[in-house]
Amino acid sequence: MQTNLADFIRDTPQGREAEAILRKCVHCGFCTATCPTYQLLGDELDGPRGRIYLMKQVLEGEAATEKTRLHLDRCLTCRACETTCPSGVQYGRLLDIGRAVVAKQVPRAGLDKLRRDTLASVLPRPALFNPLLGLGRIARNLLPKVLDDVVPETPSRARPWPLGGHARRMLLLDGCVQPALSPATNAAAARVLDRLGISLVRAPGAGCCGAVAFHLDAQDKALDAMRHNIDIWWPHVEQGAEALLFTASGCGVMISDYGHLLAHDPAYAERAKRIAALACDLGMIIEKEKSQLKQILISNPPRGKFVFHPPCSLQHGLKLKGRVETLLGELGFELAPVADSHLCCGSAGTYSILQPEISVQLQRNKIAALTASAPAQILTANIGCQTHLQSATRLPVRHWIEAVDDLLSEVH
Amino acid sequence: MPVDLERQRAVCAALRAFMPARNVLFEREDVTPYECDGLSAYRQPPMVVALPENESQVCEILETCHAMRVPVVARGAGTGLSGGALPLGNGVLLSLAKLKNILAIDAPARTARVQPGVRNLAISEAAAPHGLYYAPDPSSQIACSIGGNVAENSGGVHCLKYGLTVHNILKLRVATIEGEIVELGGGGLDAAGYDLMALLTGSEGLLGVVTEITVKLLPRPECAQVVLAAFDDVGAAGEAVANVIAAGIIPAGMEMMDQPATLAVEPFVNAGYPTDAAGILLCESDGTREEVADEIARIEKIMQDSGAHLVRVSRDEAERLKFWAGRKAAFPAVGRLSPDYYCMDGTIPRRRLAEVLRGIAAMEKNYGLRCANVFHAGDGNLHPLILYDANDPGQLQRAELFGAEILKLCIDVGGTITGEHGVGVEKIDSMCVQFGAAELEALHALKRAFDEHELLNPGKAVPTLHRCAEFGRMHVHSGAEKFPELPRF
Repeated sequence: MQTNLADFIRDTPQGREAEAILRKCVHCGFCTATCPTYQLLGDELDGPRGRIYLMKQVLEGEAATEKTRLHLDRCLTCRACETTCPSGVQYGRLLDIGRAVVAKQVPRAGLDKLRRDTLASVLPRPALFNPLLGLGRIARNLLPKVLDDVVPETPSRARPWPLGGHARRMLLLDGCVQPALSPATNAAAARVLDRLGISLVRAPGAGCCGAVAFHLDAQDKALDAMRHNIDIWWPHVEQGAEALLFTASGCGVMISDYGHLLAHDPAYAERAKRIAALACDLGMIIEKEKSQLKQILISNPPRGKFVFHPPCSLQHGLKLKGRVETLLGELGFELAPVADSHLCCGSAGTYSILQPEISVQLQRNKIAALTASAPAQILTANIGCQTHLQSATRLPVRHWIEAVDDLLSEVH
Repeated sequence: MPVDLERQRAVCAALRAFMPARNVLFEREDVTPYECDGLSAYRQPPMVVALPENESQVCEILETCHAMRVPVVARGAGTGLSGGALPLGNGVLLSLAKLKNILAIDAPARTARVQPGVRNLAISEAAAPHGLYYAPDPSSQIACSIGGNVAENSGGVHCLKYGLTVHNILKLRVATIEGEIVELGGGGLDAAGYDLMALLTGSEGLLGVVTEITVKLLPRPECAQVVLAAFDDVGAAGEAVANVIAAGIIPAGMEMMDQPATLAVEPFVNAGYPTDAAGILLCESDGTREEVADEIARIEKIMQDSGAHLVRVSRDEAERLKFWAGRKAAFPAVGRLSPDYYCMDGTIPRRRLAEVLRGIAAMEKNYGLRCANVFHAGDGNLHPLILYDANDPGQLQRAELFGAEILKLCIDVGGTITGEHGVGVEKIDSMCVQFGAAELEALHALKRAFDEHELLNPGKAVPTLHRCAEFGRMHVHSGAEKFPELPRF
């Protein structure tokens, strides 16, 4: 596509990157087919191709207004468009650049700003988030319907964390909201890996991966969070941690981007690259060790019907489409097919709070697709999707590793 | 051309009388993303974009525009490659994208009734639980809308055996420029009177706006397999195509890609294309297991006898789909080789393929631009993709001249300027090469019978005689024949 970037950005790193991305787009429109918001709203401006055009206008010097900001806000950042794009347009990166420019030109005000600032401050801080979540749960019967849906139910309890002590060690990203919302997940990951001779190590002091702030117009704040994490993790890396493991693909996709996002910070660039290279989704670790796991499961194979909801961060962000499904199939899980599994469930980080109307429609469609085969459980791989889907169904929605842990717990 | 603000205000006010304000766009910021379809070389922001949510709003928009004498350009998914949905600066762009419901699937009758904004592939997905599918499959089928398919009479890789859009629809509901609904076609294969449904199909939005389509569905074949054959010489590949047809085989699809095209798609699809070959052929057989086994064996032998240095048969359904996925992503994948491409759509007699490809190779040198070739080999429909960089002044113009010369060559060897993408704005001058004054006048008379004031997609598909005279004069300068004595077939 023809480009003519404005002086204010042309010769900056962001400008150069944006231009390279824009020039790859040939305006074919394939992306609109798998864009959840375009499929719901049917307006070019609410699909990737139209958003690319809106951003291009701003980058070429047209003044942005609230409308451009709104259409960019409506993007879930699910990146299904990137999976679909034959031309290799890195839409997600362009959106990061475009959103930052637009946020500067059209600053947020009032309730919108307050909501975003609050989310960016509270969610990444367990010391604030956990007590508030507790209050929310106590008060849920008193809350208006809209908030009641947002406050998650009390989660299933975690099984005891293993003692560890294996020679093989991997570093675990604890995550910010996950330990409170779903404490069983990381414990299950640690227990399963323990059976496979791997110890999961936690790094106290590490915080949110940065994704929450990054997607709430606070990219500088996010970069600081990343630097902080690198400082905390680095000694573990030097001590030979094999991988930096994550159980929430939403966080994983952010960490995998550390190298790119800190490339222009000489103090952190090298370490950020190394951290990003070490980042690994739990599924990919288990995939490598699956023969051992299969052996153990022979005596206690999975029973009943499951469905798997692949998070967008897993299939489109980390480009691991189909991998966890295949793995679970090999472990003996009967996974029923799910229509439109490439589409977002509407959770998308803080999207469910900021864009409730679209989010609820996507949630409804997703639950209908997931429950069409009457499964016993819904499995997924990201805390955001998990709590969002759980708020709309009585079926248990869990991280898939918990289902594996269930089986292992019964085999001694 | 600056927007006539007064007129814009009046049109918006009239539309808002029956549509929510959010579905009537007019500010520059909002209408610019609508300035082009899949052919981004031609751009024009519309005066107003209207986003109706149902058929009655479509009718009201047309009625309003007719009364106010505002031209209307209908748009589906905006994936067209000939600029058919290029807006007008003084017109309304009528987007059908919000009309995206599949209204009914009648499995015993093997039909589906759908709104125009439904994606082509979504019809097959919805029909799949009944063991049925919709056969025409343009490469953009993941995104393109069925209404656009009707407007362009789209084909696809399987149209060699199963026909174009016109052969796979039964009935249309069409809104006229006056805003009245007419039903064309019917439940059966033939209807009394003129076949106006066929006339509307492929009329590129010049005669009416399709608001509902009844499509035919076919039972999914029990089995399908693809032969992939690689050749050191594209001419030999062309011969192989002719040999398959001469053997009495009608493949479900027969496609060719040259080396630049396979090099572009392989990194995206990992289809396993041999990227060292000068050209590859994909040839599909479908039917019962026995039929397919027999036909595949015959196709393999013909490929080998025609000089293929590698012949592979898809081992399973996943590999068959991979083979096709590469072909279907070929156009946009070219975005990996070059920032822009200009796609042509000429059709030639199959036996002249090698000669035309040699001609195109010579033009590449003359114009200093590369060209990747993708080819619906079975029906002789060429898609040369001329690679250019719009940021480099002069390259688009060179690409256009290159394209026009390819189309001229297509006509010279006994072919035509469009196979399936439509004329739009892109090939409108080449229409002057293909048709004479009397023929063009007849086409204009036909349009006026539907649209007296020429408000529906004016300036597309059929050139005015004046335009052709200008074009002919241009050609005198460049040494070509003069209108109206231009050769045609």
